[in-house]
Amino acid sequence: MKLIDALYKDAPLATRNEITPKLGFALTVLLALAWLIPFLWMGVATLRPASDGINLMAELMPSLKPTLDNIRDAWEIGDFPRYFLNTTIICTGILLVQFFTVTLAGFAFARLDFAGKSLIFYLFLMQLMLVPVLLIVPNLRIVAQFGLYDTLAGVMMPFFASAFGTFLMRQAFEAIPTELEDAALIDGASLIQRIRHIYVPLSIPSFSAFAIISVTSHWNDFLWPLMVINSPDKRPLTVGLSVFTATAEGTQAWGTIAAGTLMVIAPLLITFLIFQKRFISSFVTSGIK
Amino acid sequence: MSLAEPAALPVAAPAPPRLHIATRFAARFNASLPAYLLLLPSLIFLALFTYGAMGRVLIDALYQRATPKAPLRFVGLDNITAVLADPAFTGAVINNLIYAIGTAIPSIGLALLFALALARTNAVTSALRAALFLPVLIPMVAASALFLFIFLPNVGLLDYYIGRLLPVLPNWLGDPDIALYAIMIITVWKNAGYYMLFFLAGLQAVPEDVMEAAHLDGAGPFMRLRYIILPELKPTFLFVIVIATLNAVTQVDHVFVMTKGGPSNATNLVLFYIYQQAVEHYDIGKASAATLLTLAALMGLTALSFRTMANREGGA
Repeated sequence: MKLIDALYKDAPLATRNEITPKLGFALTVLLALAWLIPFLWMGVATLRPASDGINLMAELMPSLKPTLDNIRDAWEIGDFPRYFLNTTIICTGILLVQFFTVTLAGFAFARLDFAGKSLIFYLFLMQLMLVPVLLIVPNLRIVAQFGLYDTLAGVMMPFFASAFGTFLMRQAFEAIPTELEDAALIDGASLIQRIRHIYVPLSIPSFSAFAIISVTSHWNDFLWPLMVINSPDKRPLTVGLSVFTATAEGTQAWGTIAAGTLMVIAPLLITFLIFQKRFISSFVTSGIK
Repeated sequence: MSLAEPAALPVAAPAPPRLHIATRFAARFNASLPAYLLLLPSLIFLALFTYGAMGRVLIDALYQRATPKAPLRFVGLDNITAVLADPAFTGAVINNLIYAIGTAIPSIGLALLFALALARTNAVTSALRAALFLPVLIPMVAASALFLFIFLPNVGLLDYYIGRLLPVLPNWLGDPDIALYAIMIITVWKNAGYYMLFFLAGLQAVPEDVMEAAHLDGAGPFMRLRYIILPELKPTFLFVIVIATLNAVTQVDHVFVMTKGGPSNATNLVLFYIYQQAVEHYDIGKASAATLLTLAALMGLTALSFRTMANREGGA
């Protein structure tokens, strides 16, 4: 994790601020502001009263008579509490099973020697190679064969094993000194007890990095739940928002769309703003794999 | 005649106990058993949803789905040839290529600019980094909902602020010549902040003494960028290009929300085509054939990504 800590120090080449001429920096500032415009519009449009009319809808100056009507409307049209609940169930369910599977598999790769180790290791690597998103058609058929079509369990199941998580935990476990385990071994601790009381508690930062990546990606997932879920009351946030947007778009209710979007993205954005450093370091980790 | 010491007879080392091969195998298996048990939960799900799914695609691509009129039947490569002959598929492939190149280059270029400008850490650069990273976190569906309004003809944000300057107001999502480029803007907006992180990490590897020496030798900022920084960032570039290409094939949520592949297939991308074949036309054979072709095309690319990752591991 040295690399990640370094991210929060000045890059060596920037210490004299000369490699980024003022022009580049000014351009970046302008673009960063432009990057925020969709969010700014979302906030302003959410609070804009319907009396402002469609012609003022794009105005980025906030209305002087802000209203919560749009939020109320969005709340009434879309079943957002239900969508929240479904997404929370999906993300939590996936994460809990993943914690179990990646801990055990990560430990096996980190600390045990066994016949066929490299072959099985490549089998895990294959999951990263095969780009799971593209396997939606066969996976839908497999989920249906299990009788899990149109269930939240069906949405979760393909993600219960995670090659990325396994490799992340393997790295974390390899960094733990074997002396600790030896001491526990002398005390007569079983394999599972050693994992549970030595490896897991000492790898909390890796678990939390993995949790951030797992929850963010499944919170935002759309295509797969769209295919598995049929009943309106089982929709996750993303699918619910797309149906809601399609409905409101027809009635030109852009303030309501803005309010609905705000409600969907607020939880992750607030969590990010609180744990910014953790999020960013987790995302760097996820890229390194 | 001398009583030479009798030469020591070579004594054969005691042969290792020759175990029956099955016994040896059993011993090895028993020693490995704990590991297998730990791997079992993961392997069950991988077997189902990765290897099983892959096998399923291979088989499904060779069969014609049963209809009320005809039973399931083996058709060999017919599905593959049908997909290759389908102008909607070839159109989607071409769209996806344009989309991949047209989103990768600007988002990677911007990511590099952002990383270079924000390498120095202080309150201002931290806030700017956060601003650029926010789109990475929100669902593509939510981004699409916002951009639907931005691209709305006449009253939308783009026309309200910039369109007024143009002689003719374009119909951003309704014009087949423009729609693909419009949805590309969302992708660049969403991904540039993500790739910025990897460049920020890559910049850590640039050795300070070399930079300093170049500075003393009178190399200007552009010389240093060209001859020191960019070569150092080569692994990062490779890695980010792979990620950007994968994203171009796997991120299609905005197509669902904004254009449904239209107008006249102008924004149809490969994954959306697969979805259409499977869910809208119930043609599993064709969907599987298209999946197979796409997977094959991406295999080489992901192989490259592993080499890139392996290279990075030394630095990380």
